[in-house]
Amino acid sequence: MLRLFVKTLKTGVVTERFKKPKDSELEQLGIEVKRHIDRCFSGSLAIREVDAGSCNGCELEIHALNNPFYDVERFGIHFVASPRHADVLLVTGPVSRHMQTALLRTYEATPNPKWVIAAGDCAACGGEFGVSYASCGAVANVIPVDVVIPGCPPSPEMLLKGLLGMMR
Amino acid sequence: MSHSESNWQTGLLEQLKNRNIPVETSAVSAMPLWKIAAEHWRGAAELAERQSARWVSGWAEQRTGQYELNTVFARSRGYLLLRTTVPEGKAELPSQATVYPAANRSERHTQDMFGIHFLEHPDNRPWLRHKAWKKHQYPLRKDFPLAGEPEKVTAPDMDYQFVKGRGAGVYEIPVGPVHAGIIEPGHFRFQAVGETVLNLEERLGYVHKGIEKNAEGRTAEQLARLAGRVSGDSTVAHAWAACQAMEQAAGMTITPHAAFIRGILTERERIANHMGDIGAICNDVGFAFAQMQFTRLRELWLRNNKQFFAHRLLMDCIVPGGVSCSLTDEACKTLQQELQALKKELGEILPALDLNSSLEDRLLTAGWLSEETAAAFSAVGYVGRASGQDVDARRDAPCPPYDRLNFKVALENQGDVASRLWVRVQEIFASIKLLAQMLEQLPEGETKTAWQTPAADSEGIGIIEGWRGEIVTFVRFTENNQIARFYPRDPSVVNWPTLEKIVMNNIVPDFPVCNKSVNGSYSGHDL
Repeated sequence: MLRLFVKTLKTGVVTERFKKPKDSELEQLGIEVKRHIDRCFSGSLAIREVDAGSCNGCELEIHALNNPFYDVERFGIHFVASPRHADVLLVTGPVSRHMQTALLRTYEATPNPKWVIAAGDCAACGGEFGVSYASCGAVANVIPVDVVIPGCPPSPEMLLKGLLGMMR
Repeated sequence: MSHSESNWQTGLLEQLKNRNIPVETSAVSAMPLWKIAAEHWRGAAELAERQSARWVSGWAEQRTGQYELNTVFARSRGYLLLRTTVPEGKAELPSQATVYPAANRSERHTQDMFGIHFLEHPDNRPWLRHKAWKKHQYPLRKDFPLAGEPEKVTAPDMDYQFVKGRGAGVYEIPVGPVHAGIIEPGHFRFQAVGETVLNLEERLGYVHKGIEKNAEGRTAEQLARLAGRVSGDSTVAHAWAACQAMEQAAGMTITPHAAFIRGILTERERIANHMGDIGAICNDVGFAFAQMQFTRLRELWLRNNKQFFAHRLLMDCIVPGGVSCSLTDEACKTLQQELQALKKELGEILPALDLNSSLEDRLLTAGWLSEETAAAFSAVGYVGRASGQDVDARRDAPCPPYDRLNFKVALENQGDVASRLWVRVQEIFASIKLLAQMLEQLPEGETKTAWQTPAADSEGIGIIEGWRGEIVTFVRFTENNQIARFYPRDPSVVNWPTLEKIVMNNIVPDFPVCNKSVNGSYSGHDL
């Protein structure tokens, strides 16, 4: 137990300061800054992450948001287990046809008002997989998308910028 | 690639002759290729099993007027490719799954994608087939277009016949495809009594995005990009396996410099993923200290990836003919220091894990996999090596730079979650040793050799030990530098079935930690 405390104290706080994204950066992400989002979310954002066919690369970087450097919960952003508890669906991957109904049902299960973020190049445009017998391509081909965060995969900074942009 | 110690193959060849099974022998690069008639497909597998050969991979390919079926067997350092053909008009042959349980899902994959029928298969339910393509359609046949004929909305697959538990107090828990955490989609069907799992059935295929079909017609460079996205956490290893197969087909060798950089990238990927997994396994039993420490170390590691290789996950660093990045002497020094720093950190954190009784209480004896079961399913990587399966492609199919390096393969036979965790720890230390050697000995030279267009019909098989285990990738070219067939066998293909056995008789709440200790890739499996 002593080792544990010693290591914890020795490590200290590694969490980094993160600047609120500028308007120009938000435009880069294709975010229209919606004033009413602020009122709806009151500084708290509950996210349901849905992998709709990704290669798992995006998931690794979304996971990184919870590491002590980014510590996303300090901004009131947390990942929830059910779409019924969520404000936002964070969707990755080209939507595989085998996941199409599951994604539609998850979208329907999310209460209004709700927003959808398509994270990663595949979610944005189909990426390396495109549209085929097995893939619907971009998330926007299946459900309405509000924010697109590009990258293969998007870095934790890009993801954080996109999420904070929604909460302004 | 050397494939010595192939005495078992001499024995097998003799036995095949004794059974009057004619064998036509040739080779794909250094790997022996034996062609036999389809009617002997199971007989040959029976004899291979008697030689204690491991079932490694199986795939099919449509050639003019016929289907070609392949199985790779291996024992120790000797890999062997067995091949047969069946006519398009009568696409059926005996199943090998009755001999090798590991071949079960692979044959169902082939059945769904090609419409080849495996006689006396113990389980003829579909596997990758859900509802995205119609009955009597088979996506990997040449006459099936990549675009297919999809419905506007693909219906969910409600027809799959799960095994049902009967009796008083037996109930069913369906989980997925959308899971509670930030993980890939798949379906698990539990039969339970109280908290105890009686049976678990996996239903995968949800992230099938047509990778094999999508690969057809690509150039070598385009295929390397796609291979790097078969499973995002194994991007380096998959890209290497695909490039190795393509370079073999083209008959070219890469420079020692490029080989060393590939080795460095692969070991960096292994350490990053093992650190993530160790933290996550501890987190699944509520030990947040390890999760925070290991995600911190992982983040520092990934930031150095970004600085020295321009990508946090090292995507697209491996290209046909070599690598797209290099290291200066100064960078090598910095990375050596990074290794020392990591060792010091681990020296402080690991004793806190080792001596923690609550962690021990949850991980020891949980999710046990016997050596026999691991062998029957051909388990590889840390899943196999925690259950006595002494398989490591870095040693058994050594390509440069591994043929010049010293390292010890971690091996245990305890077979529980704790063992799979500590095998990962040992592998991190082995990788640190390998990295130190590679950074020390990094030869000078070009990063890339000019790509040579492979001859029409040329084929290659790449074998690389990714962080999850052995990856075996088959590639064939048409004329014009185009891909005719690409089949990457992710280690998850053989490791997923072991999870069904691992959770048996455990309690349902321990499923997440058992699952994490295996950490199969859904994407690498579903393709």
